[in-house]
Amino acid sequence: MVVMKMKFPFQKRVKLAQGLWLLSWCATVAGATTFTLGCVLKTELRRRAEVMDNADVHIVPNTLMIVGLASLGINYFASKICQDALDAGRFPRWKNFLKPYFAASCFFTVLMLLAVIMSYAMKGSLESSLKIGLRNGIRFYKDTDTPGRCFQKQNIDRLQMEFQCCGNNDFRDWFEVQWISNRYLDFSSKEVKDRIKSNVDGRYLLDGVPFSCCNPSSPRPCIQYQLTNNSAHYNYDYQTEELNIYLRGCREALVNYYMGLMNTIGAGVLSIFILQGSVLVSLRFLQTAMEAVAGKENTEIETEGYLLEKSVKDTVMEYLNPVLKFLLLTNQVEEGATTSGATPAAT
Amino acid sequence: MAVLRVKFTKTKRDKLAQVLWILNWISVVTGAILFSLGLFLKVEINKRGELMAERDIQYVPNMLIAVGLIACAINFLGGKICYDCVDTTKFLRWKLIMLPYIICTFFFTFCVLVGALMCYSMHGELEESLNLGLTEAMRFYKDTDTPGRCFLKRTVDLLQIHFQCCGNNGYRDWFQIQWISNRYLDMSQKEVVDRLRSNVEGKYLMDGVPFSCCNTNSPRPCIQQQITNNSAHFSYEHQTEELNLWMKGCRQALLEYYIHMMQSIGLAVLITWLFELSVLTGVRYLQTSLENVLRQGDPNSESDGWLLENSFMETARINLNIIKSLGKNNQIDTSNNGDPNINVPSTSKAHYGPDNVPPKQITEDI
Repeated sequence: MVVMKMKFPFQKRVKLAQGLWLLSWCATVAGATTFTLGCVLKTELRRRAEVMDNADVHIVPNTLMIVGLASLGINYFASKICQDALDAGRFPRWKNFLKPYFAASCFFTVLMLLAVIMSYAMKGSLESSLKIGLRNGIRFYKDTDTPGRCFQKQNIDRLQMEFQCCGNNDFRDWFEVQWISNRYLDFSSKEVKDRIKSNVDGRYLLDGVPFSCCNPSSPRPCIQYQLTNNSAHYNYDYQTEELNIYLRGCREALVNYYMGLMNTIGAGVLSIFILQGSVLVSLRFLQTAMEAVAGKENTEIETEGYLLEKSVKDTVMEYLNPVLKFLLLTNQVEEGATTSGATPAAT
Repeated sequence: MAVLRVKFTKTKRDKLAQVLWILNWISVVTGAILFSLGLFLKVEINKRGELMAERDIQYVPNMLIAVGLIACAINFLGGKICYDCVDTTKFLRWKLIMLPYIICTFFFTFCVLVGALMCYSMHGELEESLNLGLTEAMRFYKDTDTPGRCFLKRTVDLLQIHFQCCGNNGYRDWFQIQWISNRYLDMSQKEVVDRLRSNVEGKYLMDGVPFSCCNTNSPRPCIQQQITNNSAHFSYEHQTEELNLWMKGCRQALLEYYIHMMQSIGLAVLITWLFELSVLTGVRYLQTSLENVLRQGDPNSESDGWLLENSFMETARINLNIIKSLGKNNQIDTSNNGDPNINVPSTSKAHYGPDNVPPKQITEDI
């Protein structure tokens, strides 16, 4: 049961080979583009690595880079094969190469599609990683004298200013954390002592945010401290004030940024996947059409080309059988040894 | 005595023409680069246009844009000419145009050099413009309800955050202006009324700065208010504290940014100028050698090429004479026919008989 049989007269074969050569060079450029897109994504993820708890999401750019490099090789060989395809003397030397070549190409093309699907699927993992990372960043904001954490303040400040966000979920996260170090608190002052006594853990909590939460678009100078106290500031209403500080949370801002980036890259990679797939399909048709010509005297006859010789299931079994046999063979040797070992004991 | 005479065989001439063709196309690309550099500079200056007072600094990017476009056009023409110069018959088409073309290009390279020097000379005007512009912008920082000035607060805040600077010369500039609008001052409070009364103009002045002056590298949360009051903050000394606010003034920060940009652009323009000059020299040699070949008659023979036919002084003298005589075209030349003492023979066709014949004697017979 042949899959997708098509007739190929001589002129159509020639046109197919020429078109395929051009297409494979386009696909080579596309493969380099995929590699570059993977590098760009990896660089962007690494820039904010301090607010990410784990690097699980890096599997997407890593896959893209591997696929990009592989497709460079695939398309290079595709162009060489189709150059030799019309020459009856040179085509047979590719004969043994083509079966593993198609297997590897299909694997990497499917991997490309998987990368696109993963970029949408990793949203949850990215969000939870950012949640933990930002929580730690806010918690260690004040520890500018502890080695290993001394740059957290700088990172969080720059992050909040660049992405125009405040806190993890929103600005209230700063109310629950002591973000002013004890080094700068005057413990002889009554106000400080009251605040520290007023909660169980003995932390200095206040309804204020760091300066990096301030919104430059606000018409009035920034109100950072005593945010919930309407009477502390003239003409100020805490519930209706929207322009004073950034209301968006940094987790949401970062997730939106990275998902936007990955959606754009995913759309590009999807079109490259279609291009690569069409290259492989055309190459398969060219190969089968040229194989039918081999050995005949008149090379200009009409031949038939197909995608798969047997049905899809049979082809898959044909490829998997050597792999399974290799795995099963090791088991059979062990079984034989145990049976031969058991029989002498029986007698 | 020709200036820098070089002998050219036929193959050497052809190679020169081909190399010049390629170099002219490279020059077209460099002309396009000059154009884009001028455009880039114009965009960058306009981006910060609100912070610059009215000064004539647009002439630098405009000059670069014009020079870039003209360079593209001139080198495109030069490429065509050099392409045709390989063939002696095609050269005849361009023969009359080549000398004017070379003269025009020579003057154009002067323009390129002037453009490069302009990039380095903009320093003073830019500084003055920024000084005035920043002072104005800081003065109108609080006027977020006045149409036309309502975005100055945002512009100044973003400038200070991005360029890591504070105020015009330093953060103390903010102490001298009122940057909190009266809309947000509680006039019923004693402290506010005291401050307003304490200075002649009735401005609310304080030793505080906006949040955008805060330094992100500071280990402690930012101290914006009561900066000069050491006792207002725990473990704080105003004179030695360097990491709390940005220490650099915004005028200096912006100036450094633009100077650096213009130095890079100026360098690129100088390199372009040297390249153009070398291409022009090559074209001049090609022109003179081809003209000499035509004079000799045999297209395959050797010929001389030079920069100038005579020495500098001779060429200058000849050209001055040509320019002088251009003005004399309309004058009539009366040197011979006006002097009555010179014997000019009669040229009339009438024959009045021979000269010097005595008159006939008439005898009277009555």
